[in-house]
Amino acid sequence: MSRFSNLGHKLYQGEVSFDFVGRRKLWYSISGVIVLVAAIGLAMGLHLGIEFKGGSVYTVSKPGLSVSQTQDAVDKIVSSHPLVQSTDNGKIRIQVSSEDKTTSSEFTGKLSQEIGVPVAEIDTQVIGPSWGEQISNKALTGLIIFMILVTIYLAIAFEWRMAVAALVALIHDLLITIGVYALVGFEVTPGTVIGFLTILGYSLYDTVVVFDTVKENTKDLTKQNKLTYSEAANAGLNQTLVRSLNTTVVALLPVAALLFIGGGLLGAGTLNDISLALFIGLAAGAYSSICVATPLLAQLKEEAPEMKALAKRVAQRRAADAKAAAAKEAGDSEEIADEDLPAGMVGQRGGRATGTTRAKGRPSTKR
Amino acid sequence: MATPKSRPRDGYPGRALALILVVTVGLVALMFGTGNTKPRLGIDLAGGTSITLSAKSTDPKAINKSNMDIATGIIEQRVNGMGVSEAEVQTQGDRNIIVNIPKGGDKQSAADQVGTTAKLYFRPVLALAPSGIQAPAPTETPSAGASGTPSAAATPSATGTGTPSAAATGSPSASATKQGRPAGEALAADNPTTPAATTGATASGTPSAAASGAPSAAATDPAAAQQDLSAAMTSGTVPPELAAQFAAMDCTKPDQRKNYQTAEGSPTVACTQKDENGVYYKLALGPVAVFGANVDKAQATIDTQQGGGWQVQLQFDGTGTDAFTAVTGQLATQPDPTNQFAIVLDGQVVSHPYVRSAIPGGSAVISGNFTQSEAQNLANVLSFGALPLEFTTSDVTTVSPQLGGDQLKAGLVAGLIGMILVVLYSLVYYRGLGLVSIAGLIVSAALTYSIMSLLGSGIGFALNLPAVCGAIVAIGITADSFIVYFERIRDEVREGAPLRPAVQRAWPRARRTILVSDFVSFLCAAVLYLVSVGKVQGFAFTLGLTTALDVVVIFLFTKPLITLLARRKFFSDGHPWSGLDPKRLGARPPLRSTRRRTPSSSAAVKGA
Repeated sequence: MSRFSNLGHKLYQGEVSFDFVGRRKLWYSISGVIVLVAAIGLAMGLHLGIEFKGGSVYTVSKPGLSVSQTQDAVDKIVSSHPLVQSTDNGKIRIQVSSEDKTTSSEFTGKLSQEIGVPVAEIDTQVIGPSWGEQISNKALTGLIIFMILVTIYLAIAFEWRMAVAALVALIHDLLITIGVYALVGFEVTPGTVIGFLTILGYSLYDTVVVFDTVKENTKDLTKQNKLTYSEAANAGLNQTLVRSLNTTVVALLPVAALLFIGGGLLGAGTLNDISLALFIGLAAGAYSSICVATPLLAQLKEEAPEMKALAKRVAQRRAADAKAAAAKEAGDSEEIADEDLPAGMVGQRGGRATGTTRAKGRPSTKR
Repeated sequence: MATPKSRPRDGYPGRALALILVVTVGLVALMFGTGNTKPRLGIDLAGGTSITLSAKSTDPKAINKSNMDIATGIIEQRVNGMGVSEAEVQTQGDRNIIVNIPKGGDKQSAADQVGTTAKLYFRPVLALAPSGIQAPAPTETPSAGASGTPSAAATPSATGTGTPSAAATGSPSASATKQGRPAGEALAADNPTTPAATTGATASGTPSAAASGAPSAAATDPAAAQQDLSAAMTSGTVPPELAAQFAAMDCTKPDQRKNYQTAEGSPTVACTQKDENGVYYKLALGPVAVFGANVDKAQATIDTQQGGGWQVQLQFDGTGTDAFTAVTGQLATQPDPTNQFAIVLDGQVVSHPYVRSAIPGGSAVISGNFTQSEAQNLANVLSFGALPLEFTTSDVTTVSPQLGGDQLKAGLVAGLIGMILVVLYSLVYYRGLGLVSIAGLIVSAALTYSIMSLLGSGIGFALNLPAVCGAIVAIGITADSFIVYFERIRDEVREGAPLRPAVQRAWPRARRTILVSDFVSFLCAAVLYLVSVGKVQGFAFTLGLTTALDVVVIFLFTKPLITLLARRKFFSDGHPWSGLDPKRLGARPPLRSTRRRTPSSSAAVKGA
């Protein structure tokens, strides 16, 4: 763990730095491929649960009751040949389509006689055909309202470019999660929809924390000429990397507990549905806040005129430094290079203009 | 850090800590004090049946709050009328009504029935008898000087829906003036709940008046079978084809208060939905005279002219007016109780006022000794037929108590393990600071639990499975706030600041991050809560609650606690187990420093 702590330290100081922003093309192509695959999966269609199609589900639990016995029993009751499955925790699940007109009380009554299980122990769910549609419509409305509100909020709290980048990352996460569902063929239930919706909050939460650091790091950036926006953003990203990882771990731990323990005890169910979607979404969210949102933000920012000017100034200065360094000894130029990243962090301190006027020095001495 | 000199540089952390501890203890005490030591469990955790009804209408504007409230009221009455106790009915979203029926008993038929469209009819009363009167009741009814023709003469003529027959004879019972209404206003129908009390004087020997205690000399034969008793107390004539059924009915038994109606055009028997002064009546009713759908409007009003208290005003549409005029005209000529018409909801008699005179014009008033809520309930029942809403059953979920218990257990176990994992992680990674996050999580959990328990009785919040999920997910959010703050502090320590200033300097930056990210999370929960339906709402609620609590905990608990701890040697000296060891964090050796801010050197030296 101490090595990890050291890593945190080194990341913070810029001694170790991962160039997330610079490798944006790599991330974009990775994300592009994932999203493409997800889109293909989506085009193939989601495996919608009974909540979205309408019908009824009965679950019984009786030791020694086999699927074929149950199938025989239910075929006597209804003609539509219901789907009978055994679930992983030893229960029998009977799924009757919505076309069948037998009422659920009739069905459970007869089923209870056929297989000898008290009516009270049969779990029943009957869903009208439009219920799932209503849930998903509502969820979609919620999604759109939330996206609009949060974009406005981020545009005010930060700036519009950050809002756009956060939104793109959000959509990216949602697409990936839904795509995984489509590809793997997990059943989509209202629980899953809840999971999807929670990703909204989490994905943004993560992105917001990263952006907050980036914003700090890039404050008064235009007053210096050592760092471009991308570099400053990358430095911020690296500083908050440990936090991002910790956050993701801490968020994933309970969700994993839900998924593997809660789900393991119960088999399929609401707990599983929510936590599975969350698990995928959280992982995607952690990735996207680092590898998609921030690089995209940097790219957008670099397009801004003042940042273009800054990039130019930085380039000029570096050229000049390089010349000076060439004239001097080789060792010095190394130090200049060494200095570039930590300088980004200087901006955090009360908005002091960063090292424009400062003499060269070791990174550790800078405040 | 522009703190006034008079107070310590790091404020008064003790006060904030005391505040939140008092609040937490207070809430927990309130929880125990009010006896709500457990959150109310939803159907999916406690077992039972949950039914979701969705309103549909051809007119989108018809789905509005007031209509939904009326419908909810009706459905509540219907559910309670089915003898299902403890059922709860509530609206959800803009168009859904949730009916939750707790575990126990056979609630399946209720589940099936509640989804069907309510049927409201007006039927003329043919006969009436109290049900389940026990032995020492007075019998031999018409003793009371019965000028009233006992039955036979009067009866089955009451059938015709159309016959304008003996209309407007002027009410024979006009003497029953307790509330004589202006004639134009129309029907004055007394609520016969208290036939004896209100109409005893006038109504020529209301046979049922006996029920309320005329101590007639007659046979108080304890041995007399109850059936005989009620047969003797029957007033009006039961149509022969219903006689056996009528005699056998015992409306005091909830399972017998069911829908006996077979066809709209044929007579039927029915029970009153509720007891009237402790007595359930059974009635024989004629064919449907007016349909509930023909009620245009009904509302509860106060009778200002007579000071008669609450009453219900009725307005019929065209068809309803014609039919009502006809039937009231006919009823008015009849002796009691066949001058009554019954308002039948799902086969149960909600009210059976009598008619004093023919009521033309399509508006009527039902008066009686109503309380406000009784009048409103009746008005709601009557309005229901006029509601342009149709309900379809969207979702019926029956969870056996067994499964409910399993789900609850799984949720709790998962939550516990999730919490332990988070605790372990923060202990390993943050050492001493990890203890702070554990304490914070505990405070947060205590607050969440007690608030949920209190809300259970307060606003009827029920903890369902998605809500448990939301709470578990919230562990992550809560822990994350600590991480943000801790990392900031460590950043400061890395810069070489001693702990006390570091804690203070890290705070504004951490605070902003926490507020912004919690706001986003809260926004998500709020939007979900407002627009979503079904399980999503429970989830959004807990998520929102815990996010809000997270802010409270970090401001009032974590920050002050760390401030206090920073004064302790263990932390300020950067003990290796404190999680703030400058050396481990790689703080810069201050000797090489050319920094402008100096206060950090000493601590960093000590640490190094």
